[in-house]
Amino acid sequence: MPLESLLPAAPFPNGIDHYALGGVLVGLGVVIIYLATAVAPGASTFLESTLSYGSSLSRLDRYRASRDWRVVFTLGIVSGAALYTLATGGGAWVTAVAPWRLLVGGVLIGVGTRLGKGCTSGHGVCGVGSVSSTSFVGVLSFLLVAIVTAQLAMAAGVSP
Amino acid sequence: MSPSPEPVAVVQDHEQHPLFLPVVFLGGLVFGVGLALSEMAKPEVVLSFLQFEDFGLLFVMFGGAAVTGLAFFGASRVLGQAPLTGVRYGRRLKILDRNVVLGGGIFGVGWGLSGICPGAAYASLGIGNYAILWGIAGMFVGAYLQAYWRSSPAVAKTDATTAD
Repeated sequence: MPLESLLPAAPFPNGIDHYALGGVLVGLGVVIIYLATAVAPGASTFLESTLSYGSSLSRLDRYRASRDWRVVFTLGIVSGAALYTLATGGGAWVTAVAPWRLLVGGVLIGVGTRLGKGCTSGHGVCGVGSVSSTSFVGVLSFLLVAIVTAQLAMAAGVSP
Repeated sequence: MSPSPEPVAVVQDHEQHPLFLPVVFLGGLVFGVGLALSEMAKPEVVLSFLQFEDFGLLFVMFGGAAVTGLAFFGASRVLGQAPLTGVRYGRRLKILDRNVVLGGGIFGVGWGLSGICPGAAYASLGIGNYAILWGIAGMFVGAYLQAYWRSSPAVAKTDATTAD
């Protein structure tokens, strides 16, 4: 398959403004916390730190100290998205992606992000912003594999 | 004692400063607005990026990284320590080992299959996408499975030498 057939005629059919502004706000959210506390927060540690409330697995011990504020951070994320939706009057939006894809994808994400030391925000935003070679390797790993996976799923006719 | 201390602060005594949790909430709030505005909270938009139909999502990740990069660089050079914690500013650095590649690969399969990732999934709840609960439930199951596996004495011992 020639490479050109994979690339869209218009690389940005929906413009770039809301993407760029959204990205700046994502970064700004991290920066607010960082400037006040020196902590560079990622979104996926919340999974293990919250599990420590109900589990005594030794692996989860290291996240006990930060679990309270990580819950608050996550509640902030949910509230911010809700506030935006209310303010723009768009109404609730529900994905058409099949539940099994969300569930199976979620399990793999849960394993992978904790084993790989970060996710799209931890490695992608905080780590890349830190010019961390570990995070460059992390981002490259998940980005390339995700592209191949999504392309294969599309080719196999998995939809929605 | 951990053989290799975490470069980024783990704050133990956050209750000491009354503004700690409000600031964390505010940061999360702005973060969540960004994910909703950029539409990264919609799996369909992420999938259209991974399937090369719309490259706009590159601006979300690298736009965010540009902003944090400026702040991390500036704060660690110009400012001394953070006002609410007294912790010195540093960068987010983790040790590179094969777990980064292996975990990144597993994450990538999940991301490519579903179009969701942790932060965007939380934000997705906020835009009313209750179906994302399937994905969030899956993430907790996955995080628990790896924690269970890595809590076994043999694996925990190996992990201790490559602290993350």
